[in-house]
Order: sequence, then structure tokens, then C-alpha cells
Amino acid sequence: MPSVMLRKREDGKLLFYVAKKDLEETIESIEFDRPDKWGGEVVLGDGSRYYFDLLDAPPKIPITLQAKRL
Amino acid sequence: MAAMTKEETEALIQEVLEVYPEKAKKDRAKHLAVNDQSLEKSNKCITSNRKSLPGVMTIRGCAYAGSKGVVWGPIKDMIHISHGPVGCGQYSRAGRRNYYVGTTGVNTFGTMNFTSDFQEKDIVFGGDKKLAKLIDEIEALFPLNKGISIQSECPIGLIGDDIEAVSKVKTKEHGKTIVPVRCEGFRGVSQSLGHHIANDAIRDWVLDKRDGDDSFPTTPYDVAVIGDYNIGGDAWASRTLLEEMGLRVVAQWSGDGTIAEIEKTPKVKLNLIHCYRSMNYIARHMEEKYSIPWIEYNFFGPTKIAESLRRIAAHFDDTIKEGAERVIERYQAEYEAVIAKYKPRLQGKKVMLYVGGLRPRHVIGAYEDLGMEVVGTGYEFGHNDDYDRTIKEMGNATLLYDDVTGYEFEEFVKKIQPDLIGSGIKEKYIFQKMGIPFRQMHSWDYSGPYHGYDGFAIFARDMDMTLNNPCWKNIKAPWKTEAAGSEAVKAVA
Ligand code: SF4
Repeated sequence: MPSVMLRKREDGKLLFYVAKKDLEETIESIEFDRPDKWGGEVVLGDGSRYYFDLLDAPPKIPITLQAKRL
Repeated sequence: MAAMTKEETEALIQEVLEVYPEKAKKDRAKHLAVNDQSLEKSNKCITSNRKSLPGVMTIRGCAYAGSKGVVWGPIKDMIHISHGPVGCGQYSRAGRRNYYVGTTGVNTFGTMNFTSDFQEKDIVFGGDKKLAKLIDEIEALFPLNKGISIQSECPIGLIGDDIEAVSKVKTKEHGKTIVPVRCEGFRGVSQSLGHHIANDAIRDWVLDKRDGDDSFPTTPYDVAVIGDYNIGGDAWASRTLLEEMGLRVVAQWSGDGTIAEIEKTPKVKLNLIHCYRSMNYIARHMEEKYSIPWIEYNFFGPTKIAESLRRIAAHFDDTIKEGAERVIERYQAEYEAVIAKYKPRLQGKKVMLYVGGLRPRHVIGAYEDLGMEVVGTGYEFGHNDDYDRTIKEMGNATLLYDDVTGYEFEEFVKKIQPDLIGSGIKEKYIFQKMGIPFRQMHSWDYSGPYHGYDGFAIFARDMDMTLNNPCWKNIKAPWKTEAAGSEAVKAVA
């Protein structure tokens, strides 16, 4: 379960950053991105997939969250 | 030599790898690559931030060097104790040329060396008592210090001293910030982990000191310069540009910086990152905790400076945007004159670089402004994200080498025959003896600043001075030059 820091890039895309792994990738898609539900499976620019626990509202970015590697 | 094609560069890498035993060859092959601008991600072509191969000559430093030498050392009003044996601190003392103003030994301590000078008995019985005594002595002898950092050298971690406990006790006793830094040299694969550890120590022990204290008057134009170590005055040359465009520089991290500036940084509106490698960690932390956005910028060479000034200005209102244009215009005649003077002397020359954490990509623009071409570059301790940012800056089919070994670098240079090499002090004399002009690009070869418009003029002059120095023609012994034989005979007769 790596700690993932999420931040917005200048062009508005979400960046997925894992310090320990030097992984800085864009998030290409996220399963739930609604005002009342956020999280689930995300697909990164390099094709790898991670899972965020579901939240009741979109988090305030930037934030550090735990993700599971799928 | 004409620019190499992709196949030629690949063949060169294969040729150089040939001498290694099978296993080493496999490992090193991953660290050498041919640049391909079409790639988005560097991990497709190059591996970085891995342990160096035993037996090869690496140029890397240790975690202590990254923390004490790079991040903490330049904070001028703190005393940084090199905790452990005397050598680590003494042999690196004042080597980085981080300029600062102040009276050394009274209110600033940048070029001094403080060490606990471990002896055998300290290793056997532990050094905590000695450390406590040392802190008391510092307080008595240098009462104007604003804080102390304890930079652990290798033995501290090995013998399991509890420097955190000593720090806590002494912080209470003296009422000053005392920071234990666990940057023992053996941690990680290079100085890079030392940067990270140092950033984390600042985060945990210093950064939140003024949370909830709003006595510092802020303006909408407050910025912090992060990752500029004021080598030869770099941060000053950068700061003037930012101030001229209307921004207020609250803090310099950490060249010519103070602990008060660091404590005030969470109040700024934007963090400006020059050396991404050594300080991105703290910028990311501030973004998350204090919602301060950060951007990377590059103050080497007029093209990149103008780009960066505009990018910075885009985060502010029109007065700053106009300010940026005004600054660019004001220096235009100056840098155009520099280019007019030096470009004809440097045009078309080829450069190979091998430096630390930001310069392998940041200085490319400055060379290009002078009509020069960077044909090979590499990082001592870069990570994937550094190479991601390098691919687009370098031309296609140029060489990339990560944690290059002494042997590889020499062989590459022999084949590529660059006109100039920019690297560190350990490489300098080898290449000078090979007859190739060389600039020391860590501490600017005792010159600088190179940042900003003022720095660009010095940069251009230095490159010209080195490259076109008449001494390179005299490297070969007179009797070994081809024409010499017959002429010498004539002269004698
Ligand atoms: S590796 Fe250890 S002993 Fe060597 S300089 Fe670094 S801290 Fe000192």
C-alpha cells in the first residue's frame, strides 16, 4: 500500500506521485469522480492500475492517500 | 565530427560495454541510452538511482554529503555539527562556494567546520555525552547562532547513538532549534537520499515553527526561492530579477539563507524551485499542508530565463506580468551584446556534461543560446523524474549516461571528441591531460554566478576563455607534432 501524493498539473491533469518509487504519472481515468462518490480503480499513463478506497466526496487536492496496486 | 546517428551511438555504447564481465555489462547497459525525444517516460530507455556497481569508479557522494553539504550547510546563521570522525566535515569544508553575507564566526558560520571529532572511546562507549558537551560549548563560544543541526556521519547510525534525545534536552535547555539529522553516509545509493532526509528533517523540526503566528506581514507577491545554493552568488543574480519584476523574495533555500526565512516560507504565495532534485520533497509537502503551489524554473541563459520569468508571472496579476516583460526588455541589449560577442567564437562547438541534480538539463539552454550543442549528458544521482525532464531538452540520438563510470566517460569522450566537457573536480584533470577543454560545473571553477542575465555574461566569457585558450594547441610535446621535425632542424641549423 504505497502512500500516493495527488496533485494537479498546470494543465489540470491529476498527477500520481510515489516518492519511494520515483513514480510520477498522470492519472488517465478514475472509476468514480462524482460529487458524492470518489475513488476506485485508477489507470495511470503507463498503463498500471491502482485502487483508492471510496470516499463520499472528492478530496481536496493536493493530498496524500493510500493506494493498492492492482 | 558530425552529429552521430542513432545506430552509431548505439554501437558506441555496445563497444564501451564490451570490456565488462557479463553481469556488469548487463547492469551498466541499463544506465546508458540513446536519447529519443519521442519518448514521454525515461524508464523506457534508462535506469537510474540504483546502487553503483562495486569495482567501477563512480563519482557519487554519500547521504551525509547531500544533507550537510547541500541542503543544511548553506543555512548561514545555524551551526551544523558534523557528528562523528573529523574527516567527513573537514575534507568537504567550504568546498561548495555557497556565498553569504555576515561575519563568519560571529553571526554566520558557513565556511567553518564544527565536528565532534570521534575517537575510539566514543565509538566504544557512545558519543551522546560528547554531543551534549559540544552543544554547550557552541552556546558559550558562539552565542549569536540561531540554531544547531546535528549531521550524522556513518558511525552514529552504526553504534546506535540517540541524538534525538540529546537534541530534545538541549532544545529545552537553550531555547533554540536543535535538529537531529539521520543522514549517515551509508544510507541510500548516493547523496540523493541525503537531500530527502534533510528535507524531512526541515519539515519535522523547523517548518511548522510559526504555524498560527500571523505577525509576519505578507503581501500578495511573496515567493520563496527553493533549491538555489548561491554558488558563486547565483541566488543573488536570480533574486534581483524576481524583485525587479515586482515579487518579494521572502526566503532563499538555502544559499545565503537563514533559519528565520525557512520558518516564514509557509506564508508565501508561490514556491519557485530551481534544483528540483534536492528540494522537490519540501515543495510537495508545503503544497499539501499549506496549499502553496510550486513551479520549476530555469535561470540559465536568456531563452530559458525569459520563458521562466513569464511562467512565474502567469501565477500573478498584470502588474507582475508587465514586470516580467519589463525585466526581459531591460536586459535585452545586454544579453544580445553578450551573444554577439561570444557566439561567433563558440558556434557549433560540442559539449558533454556530467553533473549532479539539475545542471545536466538546466544548462543546455544556455549553451544553445551561444550556438553550442550538448551531445551527451548524465546525472550522478538523478532519478527517473529527472530523466523524464531531460529527454525533451536533448537532441535526438545524443548520449545519456547515468552514474557514468570513470572508464565509460573516458571512452565516450575519446570517441565523440567534444570541444568542451563540463563536469566535476574528479574528472577535470583526466580530461585536461587528454587535451580537452574542461569547466568544473559544480562550483563554476571558482567563477560565477551563472544564474540570471548577469550570470549569463560570466558564463559566456568563461566558456570562451576555456575553449579558445591558446594552451590547448600546446598540449602535444613539440617533437611529437608532425610538422615539428623538419622545422626544428631548420631552426637549429
Ligand atoms: S560515507 Fe560516511 S564516513 Fe564517508 S564521508 Fe559520508 S558520512 Fe563520512
